Amino acid sequence: MINLVREPLIFEISSPGKRAINWPELDVPETKGLLSEVPIREDLEDFPEVSETEITRHFTRLSQMNYCVDFGFYPLGSCTMKYNPKINEKVAAMPGFTLVHPLAPESLVQGNLRIMKTLEKLLAEITGMDAVTLQPAAGAHGELTGMMLIRAHHVAQGHPRKYVLVPDSAHGTNPSSAHICGYTVKEIKSNEKGTVSVEELVKVMDEEVAALMLTNPNTLGIFESDICQIADIVHAKGGFLYMDGANLNALAGIARPGEMKVDVLHLNLHKTFSTPHGGGGPGSGPVAVKKILSPYLPVPVIEEKEGYYYLDYQRPQSIGQVRSFYGQFLVIIKALSYILSLGPKGIREMAEIAVLNSNYLRKSLEGIYHLKYDTPTLHECVFSDKFQKEYGVSNLDISKRLLDYGLHPPTMSFPLVVHGALMIEPTETESRRDLDMFIEAMKAIDREAKENPELLTSAPHVTYVRRLDEVQAARNPVLRWEQKK
Amino acid sequence: MYPENLFYTKDHEWIKVEGEEAVIGITDFAQKQLGDIIYVDLPAVGKSLEAHQAVSSVESVKSVSDVYCPVSGEVTAVNSELAQNPDLLNKDPYGQGWIVRIKIKDKSELNKLMKASDYEKYVEGLEH
Amino acid sequence: MNYISISDKDKKEMLSRIGLNSLEELFTTIPESVRLKRDLNLPGPLAEAELLEYFEARAQENTYDQYLSFLGGGAYDHFIPAVVDYLSSRGEFLSPYTPYQPEVSQGTLQAIFEFQTLICQLTGLDIANASLYDGATGAAEAVLMAYRVKGKRRLLIPSNLNPQYKRVILTYTKNLDLEVMEIPYDQAGQMDKSSLEEALKVEASVVLIQSPNYFGVIEDLKTLSEVTHRAGALLAVVISEPLALGLLEAPGKLGADIVTGEGQSFGLPLSYGGPYLGFMACKKDFVRQLPGRIVGQTVDVEGRRGFVLTLSTREQHIRREKATSNICTNEGHCALRATIYLETLGRQGLKELAWINLQKAAYALKQLTSIPGVSRKFSGPTFNEFVLEFPENWEKISAALKEKRILGGLSLGQRYPELKDCALVTITEKHSRDKIDRYVDALKEVLR
Repeated sequence: MINLVREPLIFEISSPGKRAINWPELDVPETKGLLSEVPIREDLEDFPEVSETEITRHFTRLSQMNYCVDFGFYPLGSCTMKYNPKINEKVAAMPGFTLVHPLAPESLVQGNLRIMKTLEKLLAEITGMDAVTLQPAAGAHGELTGMMLIRAHHVAQGHPRKYVLVPDSAHGTNPSSAHICGYTVKEIKSNEKGTVSVEELVKVMDEEVAALMLTNPNTLGIFESDICQIADIVHAKGGFLYMDGANLNALAGIARPGEMKVDVLHLNLHKTFSTPHGGGGPGSGPVAVKKILSPYLPVPVIEEKEGYYYLDYQRPQSIGQVRSFYGQFLVIIKALSYILSLGPKGIREMAEIAVLNSNYLRKSLEGIYHLKYDTPTLHECVFSDKFQKEYGVSNLDISKRLLDYGLHPPTMSFPLVVHGALMIEPTETESRRDLDMFIEAMKAIDREAKENPELLTSAPHVTYVRRLDEVQAARNPVLRWEQKK
Repeated sequence: MYPENLFYTKDHEWIKVEGEEAVIGITDFAQKQLGDIIYVDLPAVGKSLEAHQAVSSVESVKSVSDVYCPVSGEVTAVNSELAQNPDLLNKDPYGQGWIVRIKIKDKSELNKLMKASDYEKYVEGLEH
Repeated sequence: MNYISISDKDKKEMLSRIGLNSLEELFTTIPESVRLKRDLNLPGPLAEAELLEYFEARAQENTYDQYLSFLGGGAYDHFIPAVVDYLSSRGEFLSPYTPYQPEVSQGTLQAIFEFQTLICQLTGLDIANASLYDGATGAAEAVLMAYRVKGKRRLLIPSNLNPQYKRVILTYTKNLDLEVMEIPYDQAGQMDKSSLEEALKVEASVVLIQSPNYFGVIEDLKTLSEVTHRAGALLAVVISEPLALGLLEAPGKLGADIVTGEGQSFGLPLSYGGPYLGFMACKKDFVRQLPGRIVGQTVDVEGRRGFVLTLSTREQHIRREKATSNICTNEGHCALRATIYLETLGRQGLKELAWINLQKAAYALKQLTSIPGVSRKFSGPTFNEFVLEFPENWEKISAALKEKRILGGLSLGQRYPELKDCALVTITEKHSRDKIDRYVDALKEVLR
């Protein structure tokens, strides 16, 4: 990374009269007096004026300030930062896909519809579910869609119910999605093993509970071994079992949510199925359901009749549309490309190696970093800063010091059930060399914590910027550039 | 360590009785736990509150905590200074960092609250 | 599998360090009863060359590219400068996560800060977020945000709103005890002012206005803003063709409290509907109700400027069920593309492009309406889309044009039965005079 050049904002590079694009001469006669009755903008004041050279340098320099998966190990827990295969980018960039208008007649977009229907079928097989919608734009959007399906079913039964149960280890999106769906959230506490307590569940589960939202494996990386019993308890009171499939990377080809009596789940194509996260999206959050919920799927539903694909909007029980058009189409292409490139054995191997890598890390760091739950874990594990706290070093300091070692830190301070959490998910694409580099760095940091804690509390030292003042950012928000008057 | 003339709650609010009215804020322990406070959400004057109902919320960079009304009452004033200077809660939690003033509905509810010495013991218990 | 970097030797040694004999033993916490006892029934594995063939075959099943298209209505075919694809496809932009570690994410963060600035400049408002999913969910988030600010159950939306946006608003509000009421359009194709005044007799949280609206007509925002604010509601403006902002006065300057919209026009290919880019801006008083990520400027311990995700207490990972929205992953990379696009076009280029669209659409409108029986449906001013009325049912004409490899416009009859003889026609800079003339000639033949 280049630390010498401080890259200004584009607005600060700008100067009048420069440009980076020319348009062809207008090839139609000019019509005078258009928009004469409409308030017109005199000028795009303060909009940048730069050359193409400057644009290219600007964004190339900005790019070099980013850590990324193409560069190195990125063990953000629950984010599944695996390698993004390049062929997927290439096929998704084919003009035959990128230039197609979404409202084109169905007869002219059979290839697109076939791609989507194919991915739906493959995801149904991977999850053991009956039907899939590809519409949701991200995981949280999938959660919202899934909860709407549940609510639609309860409404059709005459009563939407009031509550949704969410374990205390869940992602924040779970309670938030349930809330937007009109539900009140009841939190259930994890037991000493780090899983949902069946006794606790029996106590709170009644006929006012619409659903239990369960992440499996959960955010501690632990498989909810009682899942079938949990499902039975929820079903006995007429509720639904919603599974947050963010961590499907641990299960694909090994076990299927459908067999675990899950009624509905969302997947993250940008996690399990390798599509790049893009520095914050686009994601894609398909939702898979059992038959009982399929009448409520969002419109349009892709149907096929004798090899002809079409969009069905005539679905009277549907929850409606959850976004424009049909889904994150280019992301869908990349995910399909990934599944086809792996095949059934490759998918299973993906889960196996993801779990192997995670357990190798866990075993190598156990005893050096505190592990709150000793239950076996799958694709990720959650350490804490409890041991290092004795030297006045927190999970934040450990994370920032990792940056000096040229490594991306784990997810910090989540899940909330582990104080000072360091949540590590290596994924299957990492080599042993990369894993060992991380392990050695973590061990070195532990030694530094004892010998020279100040080195950690003042880290990072070698990054483009050092620790940033988040208090000032929030107290006196500066959220845009403005011309100094 | 904690002012003697105040009552305290388990949620770390303090309340200072002044005739029929009372001033409410959060304790020094609470502000230290929260860290740098960046925003205080204030209620409308005239709002009626039951005891233990949220009267305000206090935000640090990465957390939000509700402030509960220790006793029932009606909001008669809010500390609008906090809108500009939320850090008053950090600097002077028992003085300039007060949050709301209420008209007390039922003074007997004060009996359920802790005195300074009890609160001090309570906090010590939390720290171990 | 090509993407796995663990050798068989590694596997053995790693298992032995863990204290296990086989990969199977890693999964003992998963009960036997739910273990998959067979291979998944999936195709593949395909080699890279086979993948390419597979997707080339699918692309060829799409025959859309053999047609001359005048479709718009929320998705627009604009020219994308080469630098947008080139720069945005860098791995440093594509392969990081949401910038949780600001010290090693300044590239993404600074780009978003520039994006927020550009959106503020275009909309004329104080602050903008880092993106939302798309225009439709942006519209839904905007009315929900206004409800959080105002607390009145009634939400007013226009009947000339993009039908997709309407459907999404209805889906989002259905479970929340809100009343969504539709305000009809008038002869000009604009929101009917007297109907709006009537509807505002009951207190409402928000009046949502699309401008240019679904009929391509530019709304009289100034007047609608006065009516709305007199009744104490917020004015939210949604835009599906933000290129219009290169010429039109910023909605914030005309009274809008919230502006949201679809950013696809800014450097994102049509891509059969996604991924697209929602954006949202508002007055600074409402910052704590704004959904989504926000980037702010600050300094590091050495006093150097840097950028961070800020005001996070609004968001789901902290406030959980009380959050302003459940959004987490948004459309970061699409926002990056829009940033590169807008900065490439710049102060002159964006204005010029908007003017070219306006002029070409005016030419097309003039030529098409010179055909006997074809007329302009609405009298209101338009930008690059307009509604034409034909002498008979549009479906019939559309089918005849399709025979001539022309997609002449979008049908309106299904959503607006009164407009069954009408179509929404869209013109962009990609329509040369020759293409427009081909459409005119084909239509003449069809109507002969």
